[in-house]
Amino acid sequence: MATRPLRRQGRTAALLIGPFLLLFLTFSIAPLVYAAWLSLFTERSSGLGFGGVETFFTGLGNYGRALGDAAFRDSFLVIAAYVLLYIPVMIGGALVLALLLDSAMARAKRFFQLGLFLPHAVPGLIAAIIWVYLYTPGLSPVIDLLESAGVKWSFLSAGHALFSVVNISTWEWIGYNMVILYAALQAIPRDVLEAGTVDGASGLRIALRIKMPLIRPAIALNVLFTVIGALQLFTEPKVIYRASTEIGSSWSPSMYAMRAAFDNHDYGLAASASILLALLGAVLSFIVTRFSARRTQP
Amino acid sequence: MTLTATSAPAVRASTPHRKPGARLMPRLLSRTAVNGVLALAMLYTVMPLLWLLMAATKNMRDLFGTNGFTFGRTFDLGPNLAHLFAADDGIYLRWLGNTALYAVGGAFIATTLCVAAGYAFDKLSFPLKEKIFGLILLGVLVPASAMALPIYLLASKAGIVNTFWGVFLPSLVFPFGVYLARVFSAAYVPAEVIEATRVDGAGDLRTFVSIGLPMLRTAFVTIFLFQFTGIWNSFFLPLVMLTDQHLYPLNLGLYTWQTTSLNQGHPEDYLLAITGSLVAVVPLVIAFVVLQRYWKAGMTTGAVK
Repeated sequence: MATRPLRRQGRTAALLIGPFLLLFLTFSIAPLVYAAWLSLFTERSSGLGFGGVETFFTGLGNYGRALGDAAFRDSFLVIAAYVLLYIPVMIGGALVLALLLDSAMARAKRFFQLGLFLPHAVPGLIAAIIWVYLYTPGLSPVIDLLESAGVKWSFLSAGHALFSVVNISTWEWIGYNMVILYAALQAIPRDVLEAGTVDGASGLRIALRIKMPLIRPAIALNVLFTVIGALQLFTEPKVIYRASTEIGSSWSPSMYAMRAAFDNHDYGLAASASILLALLGAVLSFIVTRFSARRTQP
Repeated sequence: MTLTATSAPAVRASTPHRKPGARLMPRLLSRTAVNGVLALAMLYTVMPLLWLLMAATKNMRDLFGTNGFTFGRTFDLGPNLAHLFAADDGIYLRWLGNTALYAVGGAFIATTLCVAAGYAFDKLSFPLKEKIFGLILLGVLVPASAMALPIYLLASKAGIVNTFWGVFLPSLVFPFGVYLARVFSAAYVPAEVIEATRVDGAGDLRTFVSIGLPMLRTAFVTIFLFQFTGIWNSFFLPLVMLTDQHLYPLNLGLYTWQTTSLNQGHPEDYLLAITGSLVAVVPLVIAFVVLQRYWKAGMTTGAVK
């Protein structure tokens, strides 16, 4: 009696999960397995160049080539520099805005929330296009504005590219992160804050000494998600690439992998770079899930 | 500054008594400072959109010759739109249609699959359940852009590169959506209700369709929005997958125009990229404002990911 409904449940489950699972295996698992397989081979033109190309098994040779390539290593250094600049600016900014919005002084909270969150509705590519135009001399009112304030700044010249990319990402994500941090602030039990106010602590002190420590897990989580996102950096530098002299075709790891596949037709190298990137992203994401699992268990 | 940090009236009532007026000035000052900083930040987030709106109403001469945050000497939104929809035999409309198909169609099917699977993982028992779920979570861990090249490599082996399916099919897979649907199902569909229908003799599939699915409406909208924006935003995959302009989504088409406007001596493409961006952004912004509630529901659940 008990086994029949269970078997029926199994059949229904197969019906409900089957379609997803089939597509998942085909378009998530299979590409990774295939890329891992491709990453073990390399192509070499054979003989005098008329015989076409031959495929050789190289084991982990492509991984060695990728890691030994200064361009690939540099792309990770770029991400590191990007993260070092981006996290304090974007998460720091989002935190300040969330704390301001959470203070009794703030007015029109819904209006500010909506306005700050608005860029998130804009696709990343369009955000990048808008900003590239705002970086273009002659077209950009921002450059004119800076000039009238006595600041001469060229967004697209050497040494400024990192800042220009960070600015686009900040514009896209600061409101999003602010809303999450603001939600965490709103979840702080009011009696905890009440104790602070009774003790006569100032708004600033309460923000720094009581609120910030209490939402530290939310901040840490946002930082980790941002790092994972940074690893995937592609759209913004790809769009700036044509306009800026500094951003090369292998500026970020994703761009490096794409160049290997399409400019150099080196599928082995492209596959190994992709696998390395996927692994690194997966490890970081895994840390995040461990972290948030611990957080939800009091 | 004793009174800050919360808007709860209870706290206001419990603050110690103060001499009225003694701290009025610093309070006024800090109120101005707080709202001033917020307003400045909002200026930063809104100004680029204002520029886009203004730029789309100008002709080439005013685009370069007038202040970017004001209207030009003439109002040319109409001619710009006409130019946009006429360019390259109306390819923009084609891109718009493609994007709608990729994003709306893809997200709808993806969400249906996610909700069905998430419900099954939550409410049904079957062999290897947690093992299969673990495999799907593994899929959540791998960042989407790290998938683009592997998908391309496999697709080129399968011969679906530069086809509609090469972009559409991968977008039907949204592992995080299955996780979300399972969480939502546990929260929104009471086990007792399912048990009751089982006692009544209803089949599990019918129970899902007539009881579970209606209760998962919020989950459906939330997951749909997630995947819809995901597909609408995707750039890497279509960039590597497609060479035929007629298959492009908007993102890729606008990227092409932006590139030619900067590089190949097609200055008129500036207006195409700008007006095209505006037309693409307006429906998104409206949808975003109208559907705020769902965005936030998804974000707070997503933060626990």
